[in-house]
Amino acid sequence: MNKSLLAALLAGLAMPAFAQQITVVNFGGANANAQKKAYYEPFEKTGIKVVPVEYNGEQAKIKAMVETKKVTWDVVEVESPDVARGCDEGLFEKLDYSKIGNKADFLPAAVTECGIGVFVWSTVMAYNGDKLKDGPATWADFFDTKKFPGKRGMRKGARYNVEFALMADGVKPADVYKVLATKEGADRAFKKMTELKPSIQWWEAGAQPPQFLIAGDVVMSTVYNGRIDAANREGKNLKISWTGGIYDLDYWVIPKGTPNKDAALKFIAFASTPDAQAEYAKNIAYGPTNTKALAKLDAKVLGNLPTAPANAKEALQFDLKFWADQGEQLEKRFASWAAQ
Amino acid sequence: MSTALNPSLPAPPAPPGLRQSLARADRQRKLRAIALTLPLLLFLALTFLVPIGVLLKRAVENPEVANALPRTAAALADWNREGTPPAEAYAALGRDLANLPDSADAGALARRLNSEVPGARSLVMATYRALPLPGLAPDSPAADAKAALLALDERWNEPTYWQAIASNSSRWTPAYLLAAVDLRRDAQGTIERVEPEQRAFGRILLRTFEISLVVTLWCLLLAYPLSYWLSTLSARRANVLMVVVLVPFWTSILVRVAAWIVLLQSEGLVNHALIGLHLLDRPLALLFNRTGVIISMVHILLPFMILPLYSVMKNVPPTYLRAAVSLGSPPLAAFFRVYVPQTYPGIGAGALLVFILSIGYYVTPALLGGADDQMLSYYIAQYTNVNVNWGMAAALGALLLAATMVLYAVYRRVTNSELSLG
Repeated sequence: MNKSLLAALLAGLAMPAFAQQITVVNFGGANANAQKKAYYEPFEKTGIKVVPVEYNGEQAKIKAMVETKKVTWDVVEVESPDVARGCDEGLFEKLDYSKIGNKADFLPAAVTECGIGVFVWSTVMAYNGDKLKDGPATWADFFDTKKFPGKRGMRKGARYNVEFALMADGVKPADVYKVLATKEGADRAFKKMTELKPSIQWWEAGAQPPQFLIAGDVVMSTVYNGRIDAANREGKNLKISWTGGIYDLDYWVIPKGTPNKDAALKFIAFASTPDAQAEYAKNIAYGPTNTKALAKLDAKVLGNLPTAPANAKEALQFDLKFWADQGEQLEKRFASWAAQ
Repeated sequence: MSTALNPSLPAPPAPPGLRQSLARADRQRKLRAIALTLPLLLFLALTFLVPIGVLLKRAVENPEVANALPRTAAALADWNREGTPPAEAYAALGRDLANLPDSADAGALARRLNSEVPGARSLVMATYRALPLPGLAPDSPAADAKAALLALDERWNEPTYWQAIASNSSRWTPAYLLAAVDLRRDAQGTIERVEPEQRAFGRILLRTFEISLVVTLWCLLLAYPLSYWLSTLSARRANVLMVVVLVPFWTSILVRVAAWIVLLQSEGLVNHALIGLHLLDRPLALLFNRTGVIISMVHILLPFMILPLYSVMKNVPPTYLRAAVSLGSPPLAAFFRVYVPQTYPGIGAGALLVFILSIGYYVTPALLGGADDQMLSYYIAQYTNVNVNWGMAAALGALLLAATMVLYAVYRRVTNSELSLG
């Protein structure tokens, strides 16, 4: 026994005593900071310590943990296609809603067997208000390089881009997934994307498009709406065109077999309360899933959310089932298309 | 041994006791040697051979359909795989789905079939969730089962789903490996190329080699003069400069990639400098395309070229070059005909090392490249993390492994030597 070990032990005793701790996994960035303020710090007052971990949506990690029965993540934020798939394949615990809250308080899309919606976010087009006075108003404008010369930022992959391409080609938001499900519809989307291909600058991470816009690398870009909000809080003047945006939810799930299931459920219940969700929406422009939170927000915050009536009017809801079925094939087609 | 080699001098026969104890001592020495290398052998087996074995197994393993649908597979065994299958297959499918021990098995089945036929996921899961159906009771006739499934979802009328079940009912499959080279089996089991818009991996593999080759050539071009200069310096100065080479080598790849983003962006240092010097009017596109990927990869991999070159060059006596010049050779000819051939082992080792390392690159192209600059590893990561189709990821990994081994074999054939690192 040496002194440093003893010191470490004493330091351990001096720390505030938490009865338990849980690991909460998020997507990092501005979103993680907002979650820390709205969810983790207030929740720790209940005596359960929250250890935040960042990841990039890799479901392989959860699958590996569940398969080897060594689950070290207790609550994970996942994207919508992964909730359904993971639930089907038995990666997540089924949620006990009696311990979370009244199902009727939530958006219908937020309530699923294994996951409950954390927030509503949207993939939209954005431009730099300092460099472009009249920005694009529709996806047809976004794809029109004569009217708006310059590069466009787009996410590397098929998801969202094929929908945007169809809307640019004149398909109404309500018909997008019907058209895309046919062979001709998919051909049409890729053909439209081929027109724009020389002007596309691809992004990989959500933090990149605001950087591109600020640096002037691109004249407009597809982007997650919260990232624009975060940049504007730092004094930038980035603008969003909400028309034809695709909104979607992120979900809380509990990996199957976690030893802290009760504490994890308590955390999810806390994060689903109107107060916590309103606090979150004040920190980042993502919409609450608990509809009672809306009453606690002022008009300025509400106007920036994807759920605001003016913003959601011509928006498209991401079709989870379509992508669960067609995603793998469309992504492979995208890889083939990109190589041409 | 001596008796066998030298029959003219017959050795006196050793007493049997001595020969035995000699043999025993010899055996003990061998055992001790093996025991000493055992930890290393075990380590290699556990960290190298076992994972590769598991990877190769995953690439051909196909348990989902065989586990979940044994009765259906039996009912489809005699089906000619055209039109709709016999009504017994519908009844068997209903019984198989009802007997699944856990919903996770249905999920695994749905995922497997969906990667063969897009849409199978929703079909299988919707059917599984709708159970029990009245027509699917164990004692009801097969025709009722067929009617019940068709009433639930008309897609059960389409032969493609049944073909996918029939052709995946064995526990082992070449499907993933075939898909990794843009091939597939049709309903009858004949191998054919996939549709043009689904052909991707052939070109991606070619692109992977192309990028690796360009990176290797640039590394050689930059590292050769530098290593030559280093080898002519005194040991002390060479060591100091070597530290300069090695410090970036010890920095995290992500940090170096981020640094290149700062340097190469259109408002970055490089473009500012070029515009400031009036060499350019507008910024060059150096990022998020092939140029950015290659610049960054050359920077990261340069030490792997410098180190073997330097260690070979240090051992080339400078007197040879001087002798060639003093015998009347022009200096440049002497350099290329006398000096360069002596550094071939270093060039070979460095080039092979850089090339093989670049083939597996993932982070750098993902962050600095566009959609058509991604290498094979990017797609392995995508299948592992995004699609969670580990069979496909393992097959692509096997392809990469095979390509690397073929290249190494070619290298050995060409250079006729073992890989030497100096």
